[in-house]
Amino acid sequence: MPFLLFALLFLILPVLYLVNGAFQTPDGRYSLETMLSLSAPEIASSYLLSIQLSLASAAMGTVFGLVLGYTLLLGGLPGWVRRAFMTFSGVASNFAGVPLAFAFIATLGRLGLVTLVLRDIFGINIYAAGFTLFSFWGLALTYLYFQLPLMVLMITPALEGLRPEWREAAESLGASRKQYLTRVALPLLAPSVLGCFLLLFANAFGTLATIYALTSANFPVVPIVLFQQIRGNVLYNPNLGYALAVGMILIMGLTNTLYFILRRRAERWQK
Amino acid sequence: MTRRPPILSILIALIGAAFFLVPLIATFNFSLRMKRGELSFAAYRSVFESDTFLSVLSFSAVASLMAIVLGILIVVPTAYWVRLRLPRMRPVIEFLSLMPLIIPPVVLVFGYVRIYGTSSILPLTMTQMGTNILLVIGYVVLSIPYMYRAIDNGMASIDIATLTEAAESLGASRLRTIAVVIFPNVQSAIVSGAFLTFSISMGEFVITSLLNRPAFGPYLVQMGQDFAYQPSALAIMAFVFTWVCMVLMELFATRKPGQRLLPWFVRRTVQKGKL
Repeated sequence: MPFLLFALLFLILPVLYLVNGAFQTPDGRYSLETMLSLSAPEIASSYLLSIQLSLASAAMGTVFGLVLGYTLLLGGLPGWVRRAFMTFSGVASNFAGVPLAFAFIATLGRLGLVTLVLRDIFGINIYAAGFTLFSFWGLALTYLYFQLPLMVLMITPALEGLRPEWREAAESLGASRKQYLTRVALPLLAPSVLGCFLLLFANAFGTLATIYALTSANFPVVPIVLFQQIRGNVLYNPNLGYALAVGMILIMGLTNTLYFILRRRAERWQK
Repeated sequence: MTRRPPILSILIALIGAAFFLVPLIATFNFSLRMKRGELSFAAYRSVFESDTFLSVLSFSAVASLMAIVLGILIVVPTAYWVRLRLPRMRPVIEFLSLMPLIIPPVVLVFGYVRIYGTSSILPLTMTQMGTNILLVIGYVVLSIPYMYRAIDNGMASIDIATLTEAAESLGASRLRTIAVVIFPNVQSAIVSGAFLTFSISMGEFVITSLLNRPAFGPYLVQMGQDFAYQPSALAIMAFVFTWVCMVLMELFATRKPGQRLLPWFVRRTVQKGKL
């Protein structure tokens, strides 16, 4: 089958090659040394930074996306508002990479429109207050532009699965709105929400182009370090590059596995 | 059931809309400010007038189109065969088709430059042509999760088994069955997947840059480093481009198998011409 051959050549073999290299020393001896050197301070701090950034942007995306999704579907808004948001979300969730970086520079960069409006009209100089777009929170906010719509799109089926009967049952038993939300709706949604969170995490973890264009590769998250390593051996150890790649695969694999387990659980309530 | 007054809903929707629209407005506004003291499309003109823009655009377009064709050639027969004869292989194929979502592009291309690099058995990166082929392959891999999904969904909505039996009883070979019977029936699904692939690979940066191809993604980054206003113009163009691709994707994804690709008025004219 051509597909299997293709997958073998361009998906499985490259990964196996990297895994193999990650368990060797530069002189070709098999050992755990290379993988263990991932715990060296500057490498470990890259992973930490990547994980923190992904967590922050995924958490914001999950919470705001859930709120927005819930509002759109169950908030009593007219249908055209929902349709407009859904269409826009489809586009925005795919609007990533370099152009997104440009858009945020024009918005929240040093001379961005929002920065200037805040400074000249509201007298708030966000850059003087210590904010820069090229910092942790600036990047997390930029990621939110594709994370939030992605969350809205992904959580919609789960929200549609919340049956009105459950709400009516809760209300007829005397539950307040808050009680319905916290005791019925949220527990039902929890597996889906957590699953979406994991996907958003993975989505942010693999992101490279946006951050590259925003910071000119000066923000040492793992994908950037690996990118620089491939460009020209910055780690002075080719095998460490392999280990870096395998570390990424492990984190992505783990996140996605957890997601599939959660999705199974979530599907119990969606028929 | 009491209806909550949707003031809170309106507020949330407004904040959401502001978050989505403000960056676009700001970018558009910025892109018009190239000439001091007036709003003009000078930045757009400057982009369109550059030869580099046209050359990277056509390079990316050709590479993306090749990726779409190669993707179709790989995915259609596979999805067909799995549905028809090898349902037991389904989990394996599905897992493989989702793998590109788990392996980050930077990792994938790292594997490529090592395996298909200068000192390997199949040194694709030795020649320009080889590197271009590897680039197209990379785009195909990135698009497979979406392509497979779209085409598999398309196949789910038609009765493959009956169509195949009918074709075979009329003496069609397997290849002919796929090309003449199955393919036209999943055309919309394919086109839908193709637009998504197109929008992904046109601006792809990581694989393109690490393979040193003169394509759109690396050009964008370079523009971002060298100019102030042109990047905003490019971002607006990229947004419009993504929008068009998504709308077309949606259009074809929701089209029913019997429907033709062309709008009815074009179709009628064509049919009349034939008659």
